[in-house]
Amino acid sequence: MSVLRGDALGFLDFVRTRLQQGTRTSPFPHGGAEFPARFRGRPVRDDAKCPGSCRDCAARAPAAVLQVGADGMVRVDVGASLFSPEEAAACPAGAVMFTTDHRMASTKREGLVSPTGEVDLARALERTSRRLFARSLRLRSVSAGSCNGCESELVALGNVVFDMARFGIQFVASPRHADGIVITGAVSANMCLALEKTWRATPEPRLVIAVGACAINGGPFRGSPEVGNGVPPNIPVDLWVPGCPPHPLTVLDGLLRLLGRIEGGER
Amino acid sequence: MIAFDTLGLKNRRGIALAAVPEEPVERFRTTVIEAVAAEWRIVSLFGMPERSETRLVAVLAADRRGLLGATSTVVGERYPALTMECPEAHLFEREIAEQCGVTPGGHPSLKPVRRHPGDHLPPGRASPAIEREAYPFFRIEGEDVHEVAVGPVHAGIIEPGHFRFQAHGERVLQLEIVLGYQHRGVERLLETADPARAMLVAESVAGDTVIGHASAYCGAIEALARSRKTPRAQAIRGIALELERLANHIGDLGAIAGDVAYQPAAAFFGRMRGECLNLLMTLSGNRYGRGLVRPGGVAFDLTPEMAAELRDRLTDLEHELAPVARLMFESASVQARLEGVGTVSPDTCRDLGLVGPVARACEVPRDVRHDHPYGIFRFAHIPVATAWAGDVLARALVRWLEIQRSIAFVIEQVTAIPKGEPRVAVGALRPGELAVAMEEGWRGEIVHVVVTDDAGGIRRHKVTDPSFHNWSALAAAMPGNQISDFPLCNKSFNLSYAGHDL
Repeated sequence: MSVLRGDALGFLDFVRTRLQQGTRTSPFPHGGAEFPARFRGRPVRDDAKCPGSCRDCAARAPAAVLQVGADGMVRVDVGASLFSPEEAAACPAGAVMFTTDHRMASTKREGLVSPTGEVDLARALERTSRRLFARSLRLRSVSAGSCNGCESELVALGNVVFDMARFGIQFVASPRHADGIVITGAVSANMCLALEKTWRATPEPRLVIAVGACAINGGPFRGSPEVGNGVPPNIPVDLWVPGCPPHPLTVLDGLLRLLGRIEGGER
Repeated sequence: MIAFDTLGLKNRRGIALAAVPEEPVERFRTTVIEAVAAEWRIVSLFGMPERSETRLVAVLAADRRGLLGATSTVVGERYPALTMECPEAHLFEREIAEQCGVTPGGHPSLKPVRRHPGDHLPPGRASPAIEREAYPFFRIEGEDVHEVAVGPVHAGIIEPGHFRFQAHGERVLQLEIVLGYQHRGVERLLETADPARAMLVAESVAGDTVIGHASAYCGAIEALARSRKTPRAQAIRGIALELERLANHIGDLGAIAGDVAYQPAAAFFGRMRGECLNLLMTLSGNRYGRGLVRPGGVAFDLTPEMAAELRDRLTDLEHELAPVARLMFESASVQARLEGVGTVSPDTCRDLGLVGPVARACEVPRDVRHDHPYGIFRFAHIPVATAWAGDVLARALVRWLEIQRSIAFVIEQVTAIPKGEPRVAVGALRPGELAVAMEEGWRGEIVHVVVTDDAGGIRRHKVTDPSFHNWSALAAAMPGNQISDFPLCNKSFNLSYAGHDL
């Protein structure tokens, strides 16, 4: 069909197109979380497969996802993972692999670290905050030293498939209108002040949500003199969402758990 | 004397750094200025420390002949700027001043580009003090003139940048764009990190152009290692690049529709953008194609089942897209909002060295896939899509034409994918060489220039995202338009802050 061919566009054209497009909204959280076989979700580590002798997986991985503690134990830091195939390949014995599990947001930074890759999934807010936010949460996005990957997925949360607004969650234009801020990026030196001002401009009680490996620990830019390694310690974080970038359902799962609308092992 | 244009330099072919002419600075200026006045254009212009001085390297392209050339000069703390005679050098020279601490004397607007301390200074030279929060803004004085400042934190979910308008009522007199908020020190990371980590940094130059930047990065590394990919790997990279173009172009049409409040097209295109990302996820395990493109080929093969799925889903998508494009482009209310807004003239395009759909929308047919073909594009040709008006409508139309051609290309490729290994081993990099890898990303020409040191390590890695050239076009397109049309104009360019800021 040629565009701009000049014949009049009728009302029926609109109706026909609307019917052809159909309804595409995901049934999530009641199903809809299906991923292709190659999807790299939460990384896991099988201690039984770890040869136990080498301990150089941490040095071999291109991200800080594997850590060898003072106790000699290898731990998986899901928050530091960049979800690259090379991180799984860092263990020659195949003890590390990516699952297709999209759920990995936690309310505690330590909740993302474990020997097996188990994540202490986000807990619901305490009762007062929950009453305030559970049915209506307004968020302000602050992009600070990112690559625009996480922002693209936050934008995708507003499309008809994920349609975050059906849960009463929306991004708003001003921190003054917001209940919290969503921080993406490793926090560049040039965004430090703007981030702090935006956070202070958000009325209390306010939530802070760190989205993506960069906001959690600097991501691929970790160690560069031009970035902090994620959200600075003076800004307390209420929800950590790993990913590079996180799948929109990973973010949505984290938000709904925080609001007490998904619980336990539910998918 | 060696001529700059007979070095045998081509897209993705390494040459000895010693073969690049080293000219006295006045000769260097004449070479570049005369070449640009003829048929050449600046692809990259950057500095790298050399002993206690700085070597400036210019990479030039003659698109119609598919040629690349290079020349260089060694300068101290100051040299006479090229910009007055060669405007397309303007931002490169500002960048050199900031990165290398070399002053291009006589530059008409020597302001910071990203506001960071010099990170490519000759050894022993201290960086001048920098002011991260202050900026010497251009200002128009007058009783009826007012100023509007926007950013770095914007109203939507957008990357940070600052826009300063000088306006008379609703009419924009001047727009100044200040960037650098996303500066993460990408080039230094690419030069210093180990190769596995550098690959992930390359994928994160611009998170919506993962395939484009990863392919350019690998193209340069492979050229320096004299590694040859299999035809199969080239085909899979080509398929992924066009899927990335599809996702972004479709998303952009939706965003443009959204900005003129035409909700049906915004919703439909928004959903179909996601379908393309999901196809990339089936192939690579990530919606943006992370993990796929690796030195020597691709990390994931395309299985026959995936090929069939790609073909079927893109065939469906083709049928779903066309009626929505018709709704959008043939609605009088949409046309009225897109036509004649944010116009860029072909002369501005040539003066500023613009690239990608922005250039093609004002009838300047620049396309790396066509002009400097590489990989699969040497065998399978995608016609260059152009429009002539240079306005928002023209930029949207170019995207729609490219969407149709990319779908046809991918369907053709998946039905005849060559046999072979998806990935081959890549050896050590040749010492003392320079390689230029150009890639036609969805925003336009991506350039990675990599120079190796005497031990085969990375001495300099220069990245140029298409946004680096094209942000100037947005500033040039706004005067005379209404402030309220800025979001629409901005969306029609949809430039990368991260890609510019590095």
